[in-house]
Amino acid sequence: MLRTTTTALAAGLIAVATGAWADPSENDLVINGDLEITTHAEAPAYIEGLSEIYSGWRFREVDTQATQMDDFDNPAFLAVDAAQEAWDTVDGDAGKSCASCHGDAMESMAGVRATYPKWNADAEEVRTLAMQINACRTDNMEAAEYGYTSNDMTGMEALISVASRGMPVNVAIDGPVQSTWEQGKEMYYTRYGQLELSCANCHEDNYGNYIRADHLSQGQINGFPVYRLKNTKLNQVQDRFKGCIRDTRAETFKPGSPEFVALELYVASRGNGLDVEAPSVRN
Amino acid sequence: MRLTTLTLAMTLAAGTAFANPVVPGDVTYTEYGAVEASLSGAAGDAAEGAKVVSTRSMGNCVACHQVSALDAAFQGNVGPSLDGVGDRWNEAELRGIVADAKMTYEGTMMPSFYKTTGYIRPGDAYTGKAAKGELEPLLSAQQIEDVVAFLMTLKTQ
Ligand code: HEC
Ligand code: HEC
Repeated sequence: MLRTTTTALAAGLIAVATGAWADPSENDLVINGDLEITTHAEAPAYIEGLSEIYSGWRFREVDTQATQMDDFDNPAFLAVDAAQEAWDTVDGDAGKSCASCHGDAMESMAGVRATYPKWNADAEEVRTLAMQINACRTDNMEAAEYGYTSNDMTGMEALISVASRGMPVNVAIDGPVQSTWEQGKEMYYTRYGQLELSCANCHEDNYGNYIRADHLSQGQINGFPVYRLKNTKLNQVQDRFKGCIRDTRAETFKPGSPEFVALELYVASRGNGLDVEAPSVRN
Repeated sequence: MRLTTLTLAMTLAAGTAFANPVVPGDVTYTEYGAVEASLSGAAGDAAEGAKVVSTRSMGNCVACHQVSALDAAFQGNVGPSLDGVGDRWNEAELRGIVADAKMTYEGTMMPSFYKTTGYIRPGDAYTGKAAKGELEPLLSAQQIEDVVAFLMTLKTQ
């Protein structure tokens, strides 16, 4: 009898896991009651494996979704407030703050997050937003770099992202970034580790399905940095890449490495057309 | 294959009483991906196999497959349900699928559980660091046999 009950219970869980919940939810993301966020769009033509793209928000449980719908409930905003303070605070030998050069972040940074990673012509390199923040710190402020995945960095990324919320991701893939983009694409389809799994295996071929308790999204990065309820902090996008590669029983790459910069460019481009929704909330 | 001291020692110890475990590099697959003989030389234990299938640190097959006979919570649906696989495949075919599913289904997402070479950036388990020394297969020869014995019990009648 006991055995039948537990089996029936397990069967019930499976029904939930594979039933109506399997697909992205139909809910709409509206933040603070008025900021409408595009979480579903037609896939860019250069993504052969997808016809539609969805933000990771669509795959989360209703409670988690709700936490992102109001900035007072969204725990990431504590870090945003701290970053606003850092923005206005003089640091480094040049005696400058971010505000000394850029003024009000919400005005000067509008649209910035939506186009990164992008080509920097002076440095002749593809720069992520984190790299640009550090370049400003070292070159313009003569201050120490932030650790690539540090709380200072994710907070600053979150602040800058808020200025682009609701604007479509629009990352360039051609011109001088093209070879880096190709490198990232190749990585996306490489089956790493002893489990021989590529990003595409999970996030292109199986989004909507469950791996154990995890509801697989498309692994889009329009929501990064992401506040995760699991580790109660903002998570840097390349730290997420690292975790996903580690989970294939592979040797990962380092956040900030040329490989992850290339992967970030490519993955960002898979979300061209979705709105920037960072800082987002996930489980 | 490389005749390591370990396999040499096993060869000597096992003598003629048991067939030796077949090391991953020496497994013979048929044209369709089946493996005829027991990998460990011994019979499988279905109860042990059920454990391997449902335990995260072992096969964790339920990460991707649903199995009604197990009461493991949160079974995945990336692969097909394993209910009735004992009717769909014979023992040799199931052994081939569990040992290296890519021999049966070209390019499948299912990991190869009895293989030690051919990986890109293999890690030291789930540490994210590079693997040290030679890799162990994900499951041992006997664990594969146990899993196959368990799968053979999954019949719809
Ligand atoms: C074994 C399966 C698996 C593989 C392989 C995998 N991921 Fe993930 N990934 C997950 C799971 C599970 C989650 C958490 C649920 C979700 O958001 O999809 C996740 C989440 C993510 C997220 C967070 C999305 C969000 O909205 O918060 C990103 C980004 C991501 N993955 C990118 C990648 C990239 C890039 C690769 C390849 C380098 C990769 N993943 C490989 C399983 C995988
Ligand atoms: C990462 C996902 C994944 C894991 C883990 C996994 N499988 Fe699979 N398995 C699959 C997929 C996908 C298929 C379907 C084959 C195909 O078409 O690619 C499959 C097919 C099978 C089949 C044939 C099923 C049928 O209906 O004919 C069997 C048997 C099987 N798997 C057993 C196992 C066992 C036993 C384990 C653990 C030791 C396991 N699988 C682990 C993904 C997985």
